[in-house]
Amino acid sequence: MAVRFSLVAQAVVVVLAIVAIAVIPSVLELFAMMQLTLFAAMAVLALSLAFIWGFGGILSFGQTAFFGLGGYAYAISAVNFQDSTPSILLAIIIPALFAAILGYFIFFGRISDVYLGVITLTVTLILFNCVNSTSGDEYRIGKALLGGFNGMPAVPTFNVPFYPDQALSPEQSWWVTGGVLLGVFLLLRLLLSLPAGRIVVAVRENEVRASLLGYDPRKVKLLAFILSGAIAGLAGALYVNWGAFVGPTIFSLSLSAEIIIWITVGGLGTLLGPIVGCVLIEYIVAYIGSQQALNSNLVLGAVLIVFVLLLPKGLVPTARDLVMRLVHAPKAKKQLVDEQVPSSAAASHMAGAE
Amino acid sequence: MTMADLVPLLKAEHLTMRFGGVVANDDITFTLEEMELRCLIGPNGAGKSTFFKTLTGQLVPTSGAIAFRGQPIAGKLSHEIARMGIGIKTQVPNVFNGLSVRENIWLAVRRKATPRAQGPAVDAVLEMTRLTDHADRIVTTLSHGQRQWVEIGMVLAAEPELILLDEPAAGMTDEETLHTAAIIREINKSRAIIVVEHDMEFIKQIAKKVTVFHQGRVLVEDTVDKVLADQRVRDVYLGKKVAA
Repeated sequence: MAVRFSLVAQAVVVVLAIVAIAVIPSVLELFAMMQLTLFAAMAVLALSLAFIWGFGGILSFGQTAFFGLGGYAYAISAVNFQDSTPSILLAIIIPALFAAILGYFIFFGRISDVYLGVITLTVTLILFNCVNSTSGDEYRIGKALLGGFNGMPAVPTFNVPFYPDQALSPEQSWWVTGGVLLGVFLLLRLLLSLPAGRIVVAVRENEVRASLLGYDPRKVKLLAFILSGAIAGLAGALYVNWGAFVGPTIFSLSLSAEIIIWITVGGLGTLLGPIVGCVLIEYIVAYIGSQQALNSNLVLGAVLIVFVLLLPKGLVPTARDLVMRLVHAPKAKKQLVDEQVPSSAAASHMAGAE
Repeated sequence: MTMADLVPLLKAEHLTMRFGGVVANDDITFTLEEMELRCLIGPNGAGKSTFFKTLTGQLVPTSGAIAFRGQPIAGKLSHEIARMGIGIKTQVPNVFNGLSVRENIWLAVRRKATPRAQGPAVDAVLEMTRLTDHADRIVTTLSHGQRQWVEIGMVLAAEPELILLDEPAAGMTDEETLHTAAIIREINKSRAIIVVEHDMEFIKQIAKKVTVFHQGRVLVEDTVDKVLADQRVRDVYLGKKVAA
């Protein structure tokens, strides 16, 4: 009964989301829609870390490494092929391969969590420095000039699949980006409800127990890491499509830190929270950027401190607990059953896990 | 006669585990037959838990060999050994704290059971461990004794050929301890078990053959009555408890 209700509720929410994505171009002005397109691309990046950190228990400081690789893979192949169809695929495959190689050494080399953070951070810096020093005509891949610090301008944006001369309009780009965000969200949700996803969460909960039951934690973590890298790469392609430009600052440490702030603000261990956190923070940063009174990094830092101290669970889990309390409180008073408290705690936790 | 009848279920030979200058297991030779129930006793620091850790791949022995049905397992990884059919309940409960009781058991069941058989198998284990009423609770909200049951349930659910139980009755009430003893006797009808325990009453309820560890070595190995009557065992471990 409860399960059927929540399935119906979820279906309604999904339909509403589809409708919202569909009508936004006719409701919002072009500038606002373009901004939303950027936020949606960033939210896909947020989801990639939300999955690996919130459900895999792996805090990757270098999610921008995969994001940047995806962006460059897209840009380089789009310039060469003049068609976004294979380029988008490459923007997923190349970061996934890179994550596979990096993850293999990290997880099969039994490197501890702290060093995982250091390694992912360092890899991002290395990529930044490598790409940053590619100015000059000799640094070209096929027709694509890497351009060093100046990056690659005028990257062909998305086109209708297999029709390179039919570039997408800003409205269509929004539909693609918003649609990908919804798709990735649903895909991760589905995965987390399947045995494979439950095993990822089990390894996060207790690696020793998982291996004593016969699960190979190294393999589980590696596969989760690869999926996360692939999603971040796709986000990179969406980002480049939005601006028709890619530069080495895509590998920047400040962006790496920002993703962590999005998730902390929105709620670790949820999928919705990081999307909310990302859009909210990016909106605030964009708003501050449009006026000169405050420094955006200062505000970001303040927001992070406030959340860590006052709302450590983040927005979405806190709101959910509040709703749960409102829904369950009257019942508990009527029934006066001690069991109510743990079972509602269990229900809210299950919602979080899924 | 097949090979399986000749080869013991578990055979450890000259097993030594050193941590720097500390020798936790010192030249241990230990044999367990199919369907056997063995109790391991010994004072704290005798090397019982270390022995279990080397059997399950959590530690790689410094030297010596371990064979499970003739297959060498020393140096293999925990998940490989688990897949060969050794299950363990560790001394400190190792459970999935953030997940529900049902999901904990399901994660153990699903490695062997077909999707269709998983639900009934989980229910059966919940019933056996008396956790049916708590199935949807998150494990972290349970008492220590109940979490012990969750872990025992997971070990049973995985249906291993050899079950290692490290202090299964710790933190349980007398009534729960009796229930644990009953479960151990029940599962021993179909598989071999090694139990580490300090509770002598518990040992007497279940034990047939007892191995006493002392300072990393095997001190005595005999029937429960003879071990409890052995003067050396009284001296190192039981002391006044039995004498009184």
